[in-house]
Order: sequence, then structure tokens, then C-alpha cells
Amino acid sequence: MDDLYREQIIDHYKSPRKRGTLDPHDYSYEDDNPLCGDRIRIDVRVDGQDRITEAAFSGTGCAISQASADLLMESVVGKSLDEVKALSKDDILEMLGIELGPVRLKCALLSLKVLKAGVYGIESLEQELA
Amino acid sequence: MAETRLRPTLDVDSLRSEFPVLDREAHPGVPLIYLDSAATSQKPRAVIDAMSRFYEQTNANIHRGVHRLAEEATAAFEDARGEAARFVGAPSPRTIVFTRNTTEAINLVARSWGGANLKQGDVVVLTEMEHHSNLVPWQMLAAERGLRLEFIPVTPEGRLDLAALPQLLGLRPRLVALAHMSNMLGTINPVAEIARQAHQAGALVLIDAAQSVPHMKVDVGQLGADFLAFSAHKMCGPTGIGVLFARAELLEAMPPFLGGGDMIKRVELRSFVANDVPYKFEAGTPAIAEAIGLGAAIHFLDHVGLDSVHAHEQLLAAHAIDRLEEVPGVKVYGPPAEERGGVVAFTLEGIHPHDIAQLLDSEGVAVRAGHHCAMPVHQKFGIPASTRASFYLYNTLGEIDRLVEGLYGVKKRFA
Repeated sequence: MDDLYREQIIDHYKSPRKRGTLDPHDYSYEDDNPLCGDRIRIDVRVDGQDRITEAAFSGTGCAISQASADLLMESVVGKSLDEVKALSKDDILEMLGIELGPVRLKCALLSLKVLKAGVYGIESLEQELA
Repeated sequence: MAETRLRPTLDVDSLRSEFPVLDREAHPGVPLIYLDSAATSQKPRAVIDAMSRFYEQTNANIHRGVHRLAEEATAAFEDARGEAARFVGAPSPRTIVFTRNTTEAINLVARSWGGANLKQGDVVVLTEMEHHSNLVPWQMLAAERGLRLEFIPVTPEGRLDLAALPQLLGLRPRLVALAHMSNMLGTINPVAEIARQAHQAGALVLIDAAQSVPHMKVDVGQLGADFLAFSAHKMCGPTGIGVLFARAELLEAMPPFLGGGDMIKRVELRSFVANDVPYKFEAGTPAIAEAIGLGAAIHFLDHVGLDSVHAHEQLLAAHAIDRLEEVPGVKVYGPPAEERGGVVAFTLEGIHPHDIAQLLDSEGVAVRAGHHCAMPVHQKFGIPASTRASFYLYNTLGEIDRLVEGLYGVKKRFA
């Protein structure tokens, strides 16, 4: 069957490391994938230097969106907000280790979109991820 | 009971050969199993040829030209209107307005009839199983006008709760607008009975027939439809053309929808006189080749026989429900096969519909995943999305077996 469903993706989908909510948090944002009605929320805590100390995601979604959210949350701990801003589509695809068509790309990028919207506001985001 | 079940009377093998796309492979070496006809049907060669022939031999704009090609194009376009009228039992071609699709037809009613007739506090009754195309136009008008929207509830079995109808009709709604067949649950609603009661209460009735007209005999008179909308592309025809039927006196009284060429009798700098029905609702150059394609699709369906199509699809739905329910973790939504058309939506525990559809695609099985433009009915059943297999006259029992085999493969991948 499909190469998209590598063991790593199934593993992060079934046993997410960063699933949950953070209370209190410094940043929180929630958004939908209008394609499927999936919804992802991301909570982030930062230290005095705007470096992420904790990150968590919640919501529902397909294996691609959930695994990419989990991998993204893992990878941003320790990063500065500026470094988060610099994350791109290619970083996500590299993390997932797969190629995606235009429809499933939206699933994979939903968590990055939500994270950036939470941290920086949604403006200029569509353009950046286009 | 099994013996009395409707038997397929279609020669599916020979029908399949009329659909060129069914010959292709989904992926190299993987045959295509197309189970997404509720989204859009495949097109038979007769429809593709009719449209090509129009462009190769006739192409001209309609209604205004007096030259030979324009006359032929106009005649062909108006023939298609007549065919559409006959196909749904409409009393006259004048009661048939060509639109882009079902959605535009419903928007036309909301904007034109609703705009002229509905005022603050007026009640419009819809159902909880509507497609977004029969929700959002009314929500938009309700927000502008201060209308009150009420909904016939859906039971856990996926039927409309008719016990709630008398109370809703007691609100003296101006309009009851509902789907003939749900695009998610597959339920065929008792629209004739609902229309009878609605009319007694003084309401008009709009039927979204996008999922029924392609698959079963629909007669606007028998159903008691004041308005009825459907799309060509779900019934072997092309995209880009849909039909609104409305009773002639309603159309006569309704103001135009879009303004422009063809919908006028005369125009001065500051005013215009609207054309007769149905032309006053058809501004601009219409989808001419598409109308001709719709006419060819109607011929095709007439030739196949809609009663056989419906019987075949109920057999497929019954087989699909039986086979799907034997897969551990699968939940099928909607009523028994006898009460539905060829649409079966389901969930598989722990696996998202997108992942199911993606993995099935790698086996060549094309299904729909998501909310199928019917988010409220998914919310009703407490699920964000479902996987939907939908059937047409070219599908086989064997294809459903492949779907089920595919699901076992999906489960294995996620085990």
C-alpha cells in the first residue's frame, strides 16, 4: 500500500509524544482544515528569551496531520520564535520524509500554519506557505 | 427474503464499455474502481461525443443569430430544455431554467423568490441532513432579512423525524426546502408526503434533487415540487449545467436573478424590460454544449432505464452495508438499503477517513473522505468526517468486495 504511511508516521499518529494542552500557556491558537473539518489547537510556552520550552497539540485529524503536528511540536522545543518563523513547507516534508500531493499537503502543513498564526498572527501566512 | 430482493436487470459489463474512463488504470497496473459518483458521475461516450460534435459541426451562440449555425445551436439548446422538462415530468419547457448547477439553482430561488417574498420573522424549514448548498443560501438570506430557520431533525437511524413536522408546520413557514436523497446518509426522504403537509400549511416546497434525479424516476407533479433543482454532472452529463424547475406562475412573478444579455426584452440607458420565462433567469451566454451534453445524458439514462438503475444501486448498497458491517470497527451511517440510494458512508474506528481514502486509492479504489459538504449531519452523528462509497449504474458487486478487501489492508497498516 501507499508509501505515505511509513512506520514513523503511523507511530506518531498512534502514540503521539506531544498531544495535549498546556495551561497556562504563552501562545495558543486553533484552526480548521476546511477540506475535512479537522481542527488543530497548539499551545506553546516560552522562556524569557522567547525560546520555546514546551509545546503541545490537540484536536482531530488524519495520520498525516497528526503525525506532522507531533513531529513539529517535538522539533520546536528549544527553538526561538524567530527560528519558528523561519520554518518552511520543506522543513515539514523533510520531517515527514514523504512527498505529498496538493490536497494532502494541506493536512501536513496545518500544524505549522496554526503554530505560526498563534505566535505571529495570521497575516502574511497564506503567502508564505503558498 | 433474499429471493424477493430486487435483482440487477442491468447488463453492467456492456454499460461499462460505454464509459471510456473506466478503461484506465488508477495507477500503473492498478485498475480503477470508481466509487465516487455522488460527487460526480463518469460520462458515457454518447455524452462526450454529443458535445464534441456540437463544437466540431455546429458551434454558434444561441437566440440572437439568424444564421444557419445559430439556428441549429438554438434548436439543440432548446431541445435539451424540452428533454429536461420531460425527464422530470415538468408540464412545459418554460418551467425549466438552466443554471450552472444545483447550488446556483437554489441560490436563484433564495435571491429571486426569497428576495421578493420573505421578510423579517418569516420561517423557512430545512432539514438537518441538507447539503451545504441547501443551507448556506438560506443562512445568507436569513442574516440579511431576519428570517427564522427551523430544521426537521434526523433520527439516529438516519431518517427524517416526521413526528416533528406538524409542530414545525404550525409555525406557518413560507418554504420547506429539503433534499430528496441525502448525499451522506443515502436516505431517500418521503418528500411527496412532506410536500403534501407543507402545502396544507401554506408553504411552498423546494426539493434538492441532486442525488435523486440521476438515480431514480422523479416526477415534479407526483412529488408536489414547487421548485426542484438538479445537476447534469451527477447524471452522466457534463459539469457546468444544472436545472431549476419551478411552477410557471412562480417563475412569472419572480424578479430576474442575474442581469445582462438574453434576459431582457429591451434595454434603455436607465431601465430594462425583462424577457419572458425562463429566459429572464438566464443572463449571458449559457453553457450551450453542456446543455446538449445534458440532453444526451438524458437519452442515455432513458435507454438504460432509471427503474433498473435504482434497483441495481439498492442491490449494491445492500451488499456494501452487509460486507462493510462485517469489518471489525466499521460503523455504517444511515437507514437500511431499501430506504436509500447507492450511497454508503462509514467510519472505521481509530483511522481517519482521509487516511482510509488515501490507502484505498493506492489500491485503485476511489472513495470520498471528509464531510461531503454536509458538516451539520456529521456533527449530528458526532463525527468530524466519514468515508463515503457511492455507486452508479456501472458499478459491480465485485468492486464493493475490492473496497472491503482494501479496508482490511488499511486496518493492517494501522495495526
